[in-house]
Amino acid sequence: MSSNGHTPRDEATFTVKAGLAEMLKGGVIMDVVTPEEAKIAEDAGAAAVMALERVPADIRRDGGVARMSDPEMIRGIQEAVTIPVMAKARIGHFAEAQVLEALEVDYIDESEVLTPADEINHIDKWAFKVPFVCGATNLGEALRRIGEGAAMIRSKGEAGTGDIVNAVTHLRKLRTEIRWLTTLGEEELPAAAKQLQSPLPLVRQVAAAGKLPVVLFCAGGIATPADASLVMQLGAEGVFVGSGIFKSEDPARRARAIVEATTHYADPARVAAASTGLGRAMESIETSKLDAEHQLATRGW
Amino acid sequence: MSSAPLVGVLALQGGFEAHEKVLRRLGADTRQVRVPADLEGLQALVIPGGESTVMTLGIEREGLGEPLRAFAAGGRPVLGTCAGMIMLDRLHLGVLDVLAQRNAFGRQVRSFEADFEVEGVAGGPVHAIFIRAPWIAEHGPGVQVLAEVDGHPVAVRQRNLLALSFHPELTGEDRLHRFFLRMLD
Repeated sequence: MSSNGHTPRDEATFTVKAGLAEMLKGGVIMDVVTPEEAKIAEDAGAAAVMALERVPADIRRDGGVARMSDPEMIRGIQEAVTIPVMAKARIGHFAEAQVLEALEVDYIDESEVLTPADEINHIDKWAFKVPFVCGATNLGEALRRIGEGAAMIRSKGEAGTGDIVNAVTHLRKLRTEIRWLTTLGEEELPAAAKQLQSPLPLVRQVAAAGKLPVVLFCAGGIATPADASLVMQLGAEGVFVGSGIFKSEDPARRARAIVEATTHYADPARVAAASTGLGRAMESIETSKLDAEHQLATRGW
Repeated sequence: MSSAPLVGVLALQGGFEAHEKVLRRLGADTRQVRVPADLEGLQALVIPGGESTVMTLGIEREGLGEPLRAFAAGGRPVLGTCAGMIMLDRLHLGVLDVLAQRNAFGRQVRSFEADFEVEGVAGGPVHAIFIRAPWIAEHGPGVQVLAEVDGHPVAVRQRNLLALSFHPELTGEDRLHRFFLRMLD
């Protein structure tokens, strides 16, 4: 112990950042727009809440520029719950991220759901004490984000649709590419890194471990307990549910059901029980019917 | 250890897989515990880190409260890390005579790594990682404090129960899991 009575320590190391994601595993992170919703989410078993101004379904409907939330709203949510509070910053908008760090949110989501602020650069996430989660549609994108300092990855899916198809595509793509890396010889990895446009040390790490070096969640389109079970069986280590809960008929009940199905994802009888009598799911949009300009997953690179 | 002990890891939510990896590396067999029937035949149990509110709700939903209390009362070793420490305390399962204070070190930006001695663990300081970690605010006379940070207990033992504020399963540090498995002898 040092002379001031405090044990010497290293704060905000990458181990500590990635470690919080480890503790969120097997959990459900829920989008909330008010302290009341945050409380409902916590009481239903959310492992964390994502504080934002509008859920993706509303951002999609309203159009216009979607930005970081009002700090007052974020503070209100931090006071309402004891679970980790995450918040979104626009891609490349490091000043929004600095504001979120000043508010001491527990995780920042550099998110394609908001309108990108930089068309070339993502945020330098190494410069922050707060850990970041970023979206990815494939392995190269995931490794570029980790190279920039992201401590957690979520597959992007297509937010605000209630359509799981893109989440499945992205998870399968990640899985296939990871499997591919594990079949390559050491001498083939530099070319693979070039093809993936990813840092070679991270490519080597994935090839050796057969998994991402950080926790992988799934996001974008999860609306039912069976959706949660599906993506967990495809290798997600937890789920983000955006519009799927508070745009449904009975949010508290659906939230509890998705939590239950995420824990028991491999037990169809439990997923069936959790799926029973939930009322209407959110109003959905078929992703294939969206024009290119309304597809959020293509934001970021 | 004569034959490989079977150690359960509560798998409602949180860092259960990391514990399984360390335990298997040390020669134990592991089983994920989600429902009361999963506790049958276990020789020891780990309650991992995660979100304590999620675990509390999960224990209630699955009817795991009584079976877990009975398991701990039966004298078999139980290790609680971080949220697992909270689950064992007076206000939750009520088997460990301590009061854990949640998020005692602050929000995530105050999460940290540190090195310190743990009583009963030989070989120099333990490297520990604290993530939105609790500390022990109060404890009864039957509780032995094994380590402190900032003057607050972060590792305690009461007979067959071992509780840690930090995450030995995330640092490659296996001496605390060895310590735990020795409690089987």
